[in-house]
Amino acid sequence: MRHIISILMENEAGALSRVAGLFSARGYNIESLTVAPTEDPSLSRMTLVTRGTDDIIEQITKQLNKLIDVVKLIDMTDGPHIEREMMLVKVHASGDRRTELKRLSDIFRGRVIDVTDESYTIELTGAGEKLDAFLQALDQGVIIEVVRSGVSGIARGDRSLKI
Amino acid sequence: MASVEVTGAEIFVRSLEAEGVEFIFGYPGGAVLHIYDALHTQDKVKHILVRHEQAATHAADGYARSCDKPGVVLVTSGPGATNAVTGIATAYMDSIPMVVFTGQVPTHLIGNDAFQEADNIGITRPCVKHNFLVKDVRDLAETIKKAFYVATTGRPGPVVVDIPKDITADKTAFSYPDKVEMRSYNPVHVGHSGQIKRAVKLMRKARRPIFYTGGGVILGDASESLTELARIMNFPVTNTLMGLGAYPATDPQFVGMLGMHGTYEANMAMHHCDVLFAIGARFDDRVTGQIEKFCPNATIVHVDIDPASISKNVQVDVPIVGCVANVLKAMLKEVKKTDAKSDAVALQDWWQQIDDWRSKDCLKFDRDSDKIKPQFVVETLYKLTNGDAFVTSDVGQHQMWAAQFYKFDKPRRWINSGGLGTMGFGLPAAMGVQFAHPDATVACITGEGSIQMCIQELSTCTQYRLPVKIINLNNGYLGMVRQWQEFFYQKRYAMSYMESLPDFVKLAESYGHVGMQITRPGDVEGALLEMLKLKDRLVFMDFLTDREENVYPMIPAGGGQNEMILI
Repeated sequence: MRHIISILMENEAGALSRVAGLFSARGYNIESLTVAPTEDPSLSRMTLVTRGTDDIIEQITKQLNKLIDVVKLIDMTDGPHIEREMMLVKVHASGDRRTELKRLSDIFRGRVIDVTDESYTIELTGAGEKLDAFLQALDQGVIIEVVRSGVSGIARGDRSLKI
Repeated sequence: MASVEVTGAEIFVRSLEAEGVEFIFGYPGGAVLHIYDALHTQDKVKHILVRHEQAATHAADGYARSCDKPGVVLVTSGPGATNAVTGIATAYMDSIPMVVFTGQVPTHLIGNDAFQEADNIGITRPCVKHNFLVKDVRDLAETIKKAFYVATTGRPGPVVVDIPKDITADKTAFSYPDKVEMRSYNPVHVGHSGQIKRAVKLMRKARRPIFYTGGGVILGDASESLTELARIMNFPVTNTLMGLGAYPATDPQFVGMLGMHGTYEANMAMHHCDVLFAIGARFDDRVTGQIEKFCPNATIVHVDIDPASISKNVQVDVPIVGCVANVLKAMLKEVKKTDAKSDAVALQDWWQQIDDWRSKDCLKFDRDSDKIKPQFVVETLYKLTNGDAFVTSDVGQHQMWAAQFYKFDKPRRWINSGGLGTMGFGLPAAMGVQFAHPDATVACITGEGSIQMCIQELSTCTQYRLPVKIINLNNGYLGMVRQWQEFFYQKRYAMSYMESLPDFVKLAESYGHVGMQITRPGDVEGALLEMLKLKDRLVFMDFLTDREENVYPMIPAGGGQNEMILI
């Protein structure tokens, strides 16, 4: 099953490689990983998407907790949560295609954030599935470049990850 | 008041003094010269000069295993650090507390492919409990404090502190913190009381129980509590390779080591038990055999200080996270408070069954052979040292024979690389043990393959007059490799034959030691007696043993614990 694990860790050089190293050393897979400092500059927050059986996910969270730099973590998927990912797509947009692409972008609540005679750059935010759906809706020939941020997530309601 | 500023090198030495470090095992080089200069002008921390950085880590490791203090290592940058990696990984796999200081090129050169530069933090990351790069001399003392704290608390392990050369020259005021707190590191000490009660209830109800105990009992200094609890309950006890000595081997309740080359009775008792009490052991693949066949009918209680060890390989019914000593004491208290008794009738049948398995005499060997049987050498050493020596080993057949035939009654007497299985460990580890216990008999049981992996340390033994006794079980083969090739590769002995062996007697003599070669079974006891008389000398005993002797019993790869090959 797919799990989103959110981690608060010491904002120190090498902390990211400890996590990445753990996953490669133990053969766990990482689907996506994002990391940035929080409002407390001594802490970084990492959001990690991985897949595995319950046993493997239990091991992953235990092994992550064992890393000395990890302060706290939660498995978002244990409860209701909101998941978002941002995507930038550069597409060929000339002639008749321009209106069609603009319309498609509107349907997915995307925004065109850069325009040339030949191209649009579209910004789209949402759950991973929505971004996948947008890419599928595009004629594959028009895609020049796709950049995805990786998933970030936050728990719904009172549940939170903080120290 | 302005305090006096001192160099990073001075801070390093004073910090070690503050930690009560007796010995630091190391090897100098460019990046650590300031530190060596500071070490030179004091005599509280004694530096031991090895002949290869791998040996420095093994010696510190042996020291730590034998005396419950962290081992301390100092090596230079680049090759100094990379040579130390094998020893760091060895300590990591067996959870040995160790602090390894590696030199680093000056901060402004880091990343420039400077002379003797290596990414020590990156290289050691997967085989340390934690590591630190010191980037400011003002952080040095606190980082050292943290390193010792992390290495010695919770599940112990090696910690690397990488110190760039300029940091050791920079100056600041010195003050060593009394304690450190780390918000991200809070090891658990006490087990959950509800789970402990559940475990004690299971002790009352169990009909075929067994205690399966590992290195955690030794590292956690919990042998006495374990012994008391096992005796009250009258349960059989088996130790892992790492746990030998945690329960007295001569006690009638001890059924021997378990696992691939464990005893028949230990493995059969594991397979047939109804409640398994795993204490400070981690269900290693060499213990469990084929995991699907492991303890098919058992309710499993697992006590471990590391939550990640629980339900990693085998699903556990009653997990108890905590320091083994505290948990065992809490169990004893609960047993005494509730006057818990084991099921005497069921246990009588269980012991009857175990005695039947014992009667197979699975460790028998040919005592009438005209060749020296390696088992006989270890057994004789055991007898002549009254079971009271410190024994280190390398890795292979000799290691298994040492584990099977030297009966350890006390913890911290058996020093071997169980997890990583590092050949070359035995001799340097024996040096570390001898430093910790200068008057004790320290024997290194080894083979002609392993001993050659760190043989240069004979020179260190000369320099420090270390009277280590080397028991070389020389069969002219990489014995364990040969055994597997015999069993599973139709005797195609690829690269397992050791050609061009040195004359070990002359080699020992050239370093100023005593060497003896023993070729006949009848000479074994006399030679060992002579060796033991030479209290102040290193003696290299080269026993030419039966070349194709195999280690029995054995669980073949893919086998369950009830599928042992017996001789």
